[in-house]
Amino acid sequence: MIRFENVSFSYGKEPVLRDVSFHVKPGETVVVLGISGSGKSTILKLIAGLVQPDSGRVLINGHEMTTASEDEWSRVRPKIGFVFQGGALFDSMTVGENIGFTLIEHTDKTMDEIEVTVRETLRFLNLSEDLIDILPDSLSGGMQRRVSIGRAVAAVDPMIMLYDEPTTGLDPISTEAITELILKLQSVKGVSSIVVTHQITDAFEVTNHFIVLHDGVMVFDGPGEKLVQVQDERVQSFLAPFMQSVKNIPAVCPEE
Amino acid sequence: MNLLSIIKRFAYDLQGLTFYSFRLFGKILSRPMYLMETFEQMYFLGVGSLFLVVLTGVFAGQGMALQFSIELADFGSKNYLGRVMVIAITRELGPVLCGLMVAARVAAGITAEIGSMKSSEQIEALRAFGIDPIRKLAVPRFWALMVMLPVLTIVTDFVAIYGGYIIAVYIANISGAVYWTNVTAKLTLGNFIIGLSKPFIFAAIIAIISTYMGFSTVGGTRGVGRSTTESVVACSISILFINFLFTRLLVPQIQGLL
Repeated sequence: MIRFENVSFSYGKEPVLRDVSFHVKPGETVVVLGISGSGKSTILKLIAGLVQPDSGRVLINGHEMTTASEDEWSRVRPKIGFVFQGGALFDSMTVGENIGFTLIEHTDKTMDEIEVTVRETLRFLNLSEDLIDILPDSLSGGMQRRVSIGRAVAAVDPMIMLYDEPTTGLDPISTEAITELILKLQSVKGVSSIVVTHQITDAFEVTNHFIVLHDGVMVFDGPGEKLVQVQDERVQSFLAPFMQSVKNIPAVCPEE
Repeated sequence: MNLLSIIKRFAYDLQGLTFYSFRLFGKILSRPMYLMETFEQMYFLGVGSLFLVVLTGVFAGQGMALQFSIELADFGSKNYLGRVMVIAITRELGPVLCGLMVAARVAAGITAEIGSMKSSEQIEALRAFGIDPIRKLAVPRFWALMVMLPVLTIVTDFVAIYGGYIIAVYIANISGAVYWTNVTAKLTLGNFIIGLSKPFIFAAIIAIISTYMGFSTVGGTRGVGRSTTESVVACSISILFINFLFTRLLVPQIQGLL
């Protein structure tokens, strides 16, 4: 589904990713872990075509997207749902307009048809339909993230979902709601997902395939059981603060 | 910041602005066109600025008429106030004043809006959902300004000349009929074309600079504030500079053609 082959990327002279390679299978969820500034979000931007790698290849469904034209990207992008850190909801539009945004922009559906889809999506998100005419500023952080997920899934059934720090800064109840939503999308719609986070306890709730980045270098790619046992100093230093809560991980890991 | 780094930054900004202008012009006539957004912007930028340009036009016209009526009286030719007013206003004061007022109000708004969207990742979100931000945000504002700024300039011209009429009749004791006869005598096609060519150029300047500054905003809330201030300053200076070049280089050519 998604394949990175020796991808390197830099912002100006500052290297962000160095020779990163990994593979995400169809329907699989992968969590990318790492401290801030390790290049996690850049992986998502490369998949969505928001930035282009300096070297290496990014393949989606076997098609190389590194050299794709804007037309090819415009066909692929509607199939990719991107949940930005902080939501990135359009603050001048209502919740309904945000969720229906891609339907309004990319389809010929009438406003009545779009409203039906928006209401279905709100129910899917476990949000009240009364929120449809409310501006995003009036919502809590957790609700904004859920609406952001709704905006990503409402248009067409996405084949890839990209989550950039979806639970950062949220209270435990909102975090649980977002985690449930990620799992629900995975099981109901069968999408391939990449979740970027530095909150390892939440990460074990959604998958058992982990990638760890350190200074733009991929230092681990494998299952959760191996992650907690790996001897690499860079992985251990990242895991150390979380080890106390990670003790019970094998019990919560989804079965492979 | 030393002089060399200031020059470097200016050259870098100018280069970015030039490339951005080409990208914008490449998209102004191609599909998809966001007509609803364009009409919304026409209302916001045009109708929203009406009160501002009416007020400034009236007061500027009155101030100018007061000064000119005193000077012309010294030469015994205060009856020519209407002629002086119409030339000064239609050719220079109307377009420049209107351009500056709209730049102050609109450029700040456009840059702040796009800059806020940039810093809250809304621009990236647009791209991620397959929407070209320049087409969606910059092109409607470009067309809205291209349509509304000439209209606002005509309004400014009219109210400024009318403001001069009030001064002529009630303070300078000039007959209203004499004032309007002189106004219509100099309200020629040439003056009209010269005066109405400028707002199209000013509209393009405001649209390009304000959207470019918005898209190139970095540094969060402080960055938005900085971009907004720089946008208004850059638009105002550019309007005055381009106005000078236009008057110096193109006005004689236009007059030669007419």
